[in-house]
Amino acid sequence: MITTELLSDIVNQAVKHGATEVEAFGVESTEFHVEVRLGEVEKLQEAASRGIGLRVLYQSRQASSSTSDVSPQAIEELITSAVEMAKLTSVDDAAALPYGDELAREIADLGLYDPGVGKLTTDRKIEMARSAEEAARGADPRITNSEGSACSTTTSKTILVTSAGFAGEYQGTTCALTVAPIAKEGGQMQVAAWGDRQRALASLDSPEALGREAARRVLRKLNARKVPTQEAPVVFESSAAEELLGDFFVAVDGYSIFRRASFLVGRLGETVAAPALTVIDDGRMRGAVGSRPFDGEGLAARRTVVVENGVLKNYLLNTYTARKLGLRATASATRALTGAPVVGFSNFFIAPGVYQTDEIIASVKNGFYVTEMLGFGFNAVTGDFSRGASGWWIENGKLAFPVEEVTVAGNFRDMLRGIEMIGNDLRFRGRTAAPTIKIDRMMVSGG
Amino acid sequence: MIEPIKFFTGKFNISISDIESLLGVALSRGGDYADLYFEHTTLNSLNLEEQIVKSANRAARQGVGVRVISGEKTGYAYCDEVDVAAIRKAALTAAHIAQSRSHVGPVGVSRVSPARDLYPVAQLIDDEPLPRKIELLNRIDRKSRAFDRRIREAQVSLADEFKVVLIATSEGKLIGDAQPLARMRVMCIADDDGALQSGFSGGGGRVGMDFFSDQVLDHYADEAARQAIVQLEAQDAPAGPMEVVLGPGWTGVLLHEAVGHGLEADFNRKGMSAFSGMMGRKVASEFCTVVDDGAMPNRRGSLNIDDEGNPTSRTVLIENGVLRGYLQDKLSSRLTNASLTGNGRRESYRHMPMPRMTNTYMLNGASASGDIIRSVKRGLYAAQIGGGQVDITNGKFVFSVTEAYLIEDGKVTAPVKGATLIGNGPDALTKVTAVANDLALDEGVGTCGKDGQSVPVCVGLPTIKISEMTVGGTK
Repeated sequence: MITTELLSDIVNQAVKHGATEVEAFGVESTEFHVEVRLGEVEKLQEAASRGIGLRVLYQSRQASSSTSDVSPQAIEELITSAVEMAKLTSVDDAAALPYGDELAREIADLGLYDPGVGKLTTDRKIEMARSAEEAARGADPRITNSEGSACSTTTSKTILVTSAGFAGEYQGTTCALTVAPIAKEGGQMQVAAWGDRQRALASLDSPEALGREAARRVLRKLNARKVPTQEAPVVFESSAAEELLGDFFVAVDGYSIFRRASFLVGRLGETVAAPALTVIDDGRMRGAVGSRPFDGEGLAARRTVVVENGVLKNYLLNTYTARKLGLRATASATRALTGAPVVGFSNFFIAPGVYQTDEIIASVKNGFYVTEMLGFGFNAVTGDFSRGASGWWIENGKLAFPVEEVTVAGNFRDMLRGIEMIGNDLRFRGRTAAPTIKIDRMMVSGG
Repeated sequence: MIEPIKFFTGKFNISISDIESLLGVALSRGGDYADLYFEHTTLNSLNLEEQIVKSANRAARQGVGVRVISGEKTGYAYCDEVDVAAIRKAALTAAHIAQSRSHVGPVGVSRVSPARDLYPVAQLIDDEPLPRKIELLNRIDRKSRAFDRRIREAQVSLADEFKVVLIATSEGKLIGDAQPLARMRVMCIADDDGALQSGFSGGGGRVGMDFFSDQVLDHYADEAARQAIVQLEAQDAPAGPMEVVLGPGWTGVLLHEAVGHGLEADFNRKGMSAFSGMMGRKVASEFCTVVDDGAMPNRRGSLNIDDEGNPTSRTVLIENGVLRGYLQDKLSSRLTNASLTGNGRRESYRHMPMPRMTNTYMLNGASASGDIIRSVKRGLYAAQIGGGQVDITNGKFVFSVTEAYLIEDGKVTAPVKGATLIGNGPDALTKVTAVANDLALDEGVGTCGKDGQSVPVCVGLPTIKISEMTVGGTK
């Protein structure tokens, strides 16, 4: 078992081996995953796993090691390899553990653990997946096949101990249910996946609701076609807007900033977006999937306003990037078992606006309502954006016909300034969330 | 070289008769098939940035995955401890998928060795002293900066791993493999008075230290720097349908997305691929022959045996435009009575195998690349591309170009900015109107994601012309 005592012992031993700063990170988790397809259980996976990661500094030289083997011999190797490697890397003045006064003093209870998740029986999980798939398949005769439905749960324990005197531990659970029906009509076949992921079982959408929504999403994709290439206003449905937010994160990640590899370098305090836009990273939201009492370096989780009414207020920073930029860290250190901490978001979202989705669509005379995107066409250095998209064409304020095999392109500088309306439909289904967003003009490339 | 059976029985307190009884435990509630996948992997990475080595990392990963197949059902469990009690517990968990009570005793296994070694390595990078590896990174950094005074920054990383696996199956096979893998990556940032651009390069494979010769390292450095500099002059990319010429190499991502995933047997068995039921039908122009070959020496996607213990092979997916084959794993081949192709792969012992690509490429055609370009009046020449993605079910796929030029009156002219290209898998290759004789495989940087699992792959393409594809620029 991985305990605070074991990690403290590792930290002490590493110091004895000559390390000047040490951080030990441990994770123990159990996972369960069941997939049902066409009513039958297709895959069932269950396991417990664990690992220890160690980061050491030797006179400002950094190295890390990790292991899934917690035998005394493996731990000895973990320590010696990290310390020996650190003696051979370069002096990097910004590489250091956080200042003592930045560390979390108490471990806040953020409601991350639901004992009900661990108590769910296998039969109940199978039934949840089966119900979601049944609800989707029963919705319409055009739904003729299914990629299946999956129910997954995890329980995990995270421990962090550092030579600066930090020792913290927390437990968390997640439960997720996804379903992906396939519909056919007129020689066209479409799939749409829909799901929810929460910390607590009670917060999870019902299997029936998820199934019905998945059915609605796949049916509306049928009979889609290309549209001619044109400039047009583009409305991003909440789940597509969430992907834009994911791209935006790269541009405010502290590493992109100190590397000068973001179009938002040097813009703190300036207006970078329409006044309607507020973007927040909040690690303290109660019961949220991205919440954590402390970050990957032991800083107390906090709420950071990244963009407020269009003005860029903060980048997201861990200790390293904060020191490179001469700023304070935003408790955004995220770590894997191996390697130095990186910058990650906790619960990252666009604050909801005032408009109903219908009002937003009604405001468009001729434009594109994007419901799904494909590909990775975002360049944070330049802000250039170009991705595959599908959805519906809007004519005279109404959804007219489904569209596929087109791209939407623009530059994020213009897209941020061009945000005209923000919806009130914010709902977290994971660690990011965005409401519906309307951008005044983008290039839609099709036929 | 490491002998995997000895490696596991020697390093851990486990014998062949233990393995035989564990297979019996896996089948204790019935089931058609069971296997055990033992893995021990060491991974190293080294990162240079701002002309200093910022971190060195090392990870050790070990464990055992147990799988039980019963009809179309799969039960899977794993443990991080390579010991009999932990594996037994996992085997009992995986066994729950099967419902019958027919008791099977120990399952005898006999040792089999892979028929060949596609990646003999004299000295593992894993065993190389750190200062020697650091020297490689420093060389690339110096060389990148020397390319042009506007190269402001180079980020260089070397990642290497050494994976030893042992697979025991209820069909009586006990087979292992030792799999080295290395990848060097370079990113350059060009800064021309505040206007920034980036360029990427790199390569590797199932190779040892000798692969990274000075010449190879200098090539990575020059290539990343050159791309970043070219982009400084890039204009807005065009929007709309047009003729597209893809240069040779990594552009093979087109095949990976347009047809490769859609030809994985699991999607087809379940009738959810845009290619389902199209075997023997024309899905590409007669110029196109596409193969997946996991048995190429030293390639990033190569394997002596797949992760189910079966030999990898060369599978013709499309022959002169006609769909000929799917990529099979154990489960799909059993359920559809198809021959195994050696494409059952998994990310680690924590994952169940599924059909995956290995090295996927198009065979040479008869045209000359120069003639292809001269035949285009107005179009896009894509020299380098980034990542791609596909919707298996409706067949729509995208890839983003990262180095592209306009073709005007048969000549490659101005560089244009990155853009996404979108097409439809089942008909994109029907629009291939010329294939050149300059096939190149990518240099060894590819990673493919499916269902949350990443595996190393390779792609390749000769220069080809596509009569029409939608280019997602802004102009």
